[in-house]
Amino acid sequence: MAKLTYIKAITDGLDVCLGEDPKTLIFGEDVGKNGGVFRTTQGLQDKYGEDRVFDTPLAESGILGLAIGLAATGWRPLPEIQFMGFTFEAVDSLGGQMSRERFRFSGKRSMPITVRTPFGGGTHTAEMHADNLENYYVGTPGLRVVTPANPYDAKGMIISAVENNDPVLFLENLKLYRSMKDEIPEGKYTVPLDTAKVAREGTDITIVAYSAEVNESLKVADKLAKENISAEVIDLRSLSPIDTDTIFKSVEKTHKVVVVQEAQKMAGVGAQVTAEIAEHAIMDLDAPIGRVAAPDSVYPWAQVENDWIPNADDIEAKAREILNY
Amino acid sequence: MAKKTGQAIDFASIKATMSDPYKKTFQIVDKDAKIVNQELFDTFSDDQLVDFMKKMVWERALHEQTMNFSRQGRLGFYAPTYGEEASEMGSVSAFKDQDFLFPAYRDLPELIQHGASVTQGFLWSKGNAVGDDYGDQRNWFPQIIIGAQYVEAAGAALGIKKNGEKDAVSFVYTGDGGTSQGDFYEGVNFASSFQAPAVFMVQNNGWAISVPRKKQTAAETLAQKAVASGVPSIQVDGMDVLATYIATKEARDFAAAGNGPVLVETLTYRYGAHSSAGDDPSRYRTKEEEKPWFDADPLIRMRKVLGDKGLWSQDQEDKLTEEYKDSFKKSMKEAENTPTQSVVDMLKTTFEEPTPQIKADIARFEAKESK
Repeated sequence: MAKLTYIKAITDGLDVCLGEDPKTLIFGEDVGKNGGVFRTTQGLQDKYGEDRVFDTPLAESGILGLAIGLAATGWRPLPEIQFMGFTFEAVDSLGGQMSRERFRFSGKRSMPITVRTPFGGGTHTAEMHADNLENYYVGTPGLRVVTPANPYDAKGMIISAVENNDPVLFLENLKLYRSMKDEIPEGKYTVPLDTAKVAREGTDITIVAYSAEVNESLKVADKLAKENISAEVIDLRSLSPIDTDTIFKSVEKTHKVVVVQEAQKMAGVGAQVTAEIAEHAIMDLDAPIGRVAAPDSVYPWAQVENDWIPNADDIEAKAREILNY
Repeated sequence: MAKKTGQAIDFASIKATMSDPYKKTFQIVDKDAKIVNQELFDTFSDDQLVDFMKKMVWERALHEQTMNFSRQGRLGFYAPTYGEEASEMGSVSAFKDQDFLFPAYRDLPELIQHGASVTQGFLWSKGNAVGDDYGDQRNWFPQIIIGAQYVEAAGAALGIKKNGEKDAVSFVYTGDGGTSQGDFYEGVNFASSFQAPAVFMVQNNGWAISVPRKKQTAAETLAQKAVASGVPSIQVDGMDVLATYIATKEARDFAAAGNGPVLVETLTYRYGAHSSAGDDPSRYRTKEEEKPWFDADPLIRMRKVLGDKGLWSQDQEDKLTEEYKDSFKKSMKEAENTPTQSVVDMLKTTFEEPTPQIKADIARFEAKESK
């Protein structure tokens, strides 16, 4: 066991994957000698060589197209897209190609590709470097979209993603990279890709969140606990598919729910969670479903972003509104 | 006083000469059936020459029969290959079994020559899942998104190199319009950067639906687009099956020997419509424009070459055409008797392990389909 940051936990998980399966390949912009612009792949080229961990020309569609062709010839690619905003250049590879190959080949050929990319705001980056674009991808059949909210899950989930035989979009939260540490077991362990986690048990209200907003929600739960209000926090972990069973069980117990996301409100993850509850568990509710999301605007400039991103105060206010309904 | 600038670099002369290496289109038999490269022509045996002709007759018969099937409503989306017989059969004849093929939607004839069945080609067009089930063949599905196959082919070429395969390449096709896509350049450049064994085919048939080749780019040839990424290339007469074969074979040999990718542009012509789905070329081109291409027809020139050698007769060709068409009719029967995929089976191909949501959908359709 060692205390590792979120980013080191991912590096550790990638190390495990490269060590276990000689068919795994890491590639992308700056992932080789430089170890990635965030150092997520630091040391891996030295350890596994330039055949397994390598830099590519600077073109995102090329990177994910390369992944598809490599998978077609028996490799297990782990491409990195340097920032999630850059996936716009590779939307066809994700939505038009790799997510459809199993379907096209009647289930007989698969695309065991894990696309890693950093996302989320609050780190004062340049434009297009801090977006929550998951809403674009969760509606893509054949593509799993997952995101860990802590270092322990980050390592276990990256290993599960790489072992999975379908394409996985693995979202790494920029703000969490170096702001959290967990005790991380050495060697291999896995965390399932398709189940939500009850991050904190409670009985009075359910807060459903993912990624960095899980931590904000936990802060709110701590604060409410001082007033003897017991909030349950659910960390979705998987954004597609969504583990609705865990949500429904919680709502059945608390009868109140707030759905939180850092992304803009229109459609997407929170809307889907809200719709699932409305469709299947509405009779369990004592109050309307509360929603906390970013405004439906473009992601703001760096100097404004922390006022724009939903935070613990926003979640607390919404939770109190629903509790007092 | 500042001196007048503008004479230090002679862009006009650079522009005027940059296409010089591409001025001559590679050819063995010209449009009048004159052998313009006797030395290369003599490398072909009589059997080989007859075999090329048979393949082109096969492709033309396939074209005629599929257009019949389309008129009868027995096919779905189908891209006619009329006029492109030399380009397609000449190039695919250079393939080896272990080569990977990334076709576009106009490349069903190459897919079939590379191992898929005619029946599968028809099933793909009709929208039956069996159409894309190539088993262990190194065939990929006919790409619809123009250019996407180029980046994927670069990946397969790198995979082949990493596998340590000594005599295999990744073949990929697109058209003249496809060379305008970003993925075209990314694919060629990635393969070049990794010196991976890819052969990039550009079938320049003059038209991207209604947009003529000259509107795609001011570059004099499409072949020279490869130069920017350090890839050697050649423009070949795509109505000359022998030249297309030699160019493709030598490109393949060069790439397979570890020298990096090659690009081959075949100059050909789409005699017919873009697709069977209602395109009408008379809206955007004239019969006068088409005529020189019909005069350059690949079958006409091979008929003459083979006729002069006493290796071919019209009677023989007519019989062969009928035989091929009969076999296509049998394939169509077989396609029509192939069961369609159930929605349940289709849903099961979304993920290896169905998600809870897909499981619920499967249960719903099981109930629906058992009725």
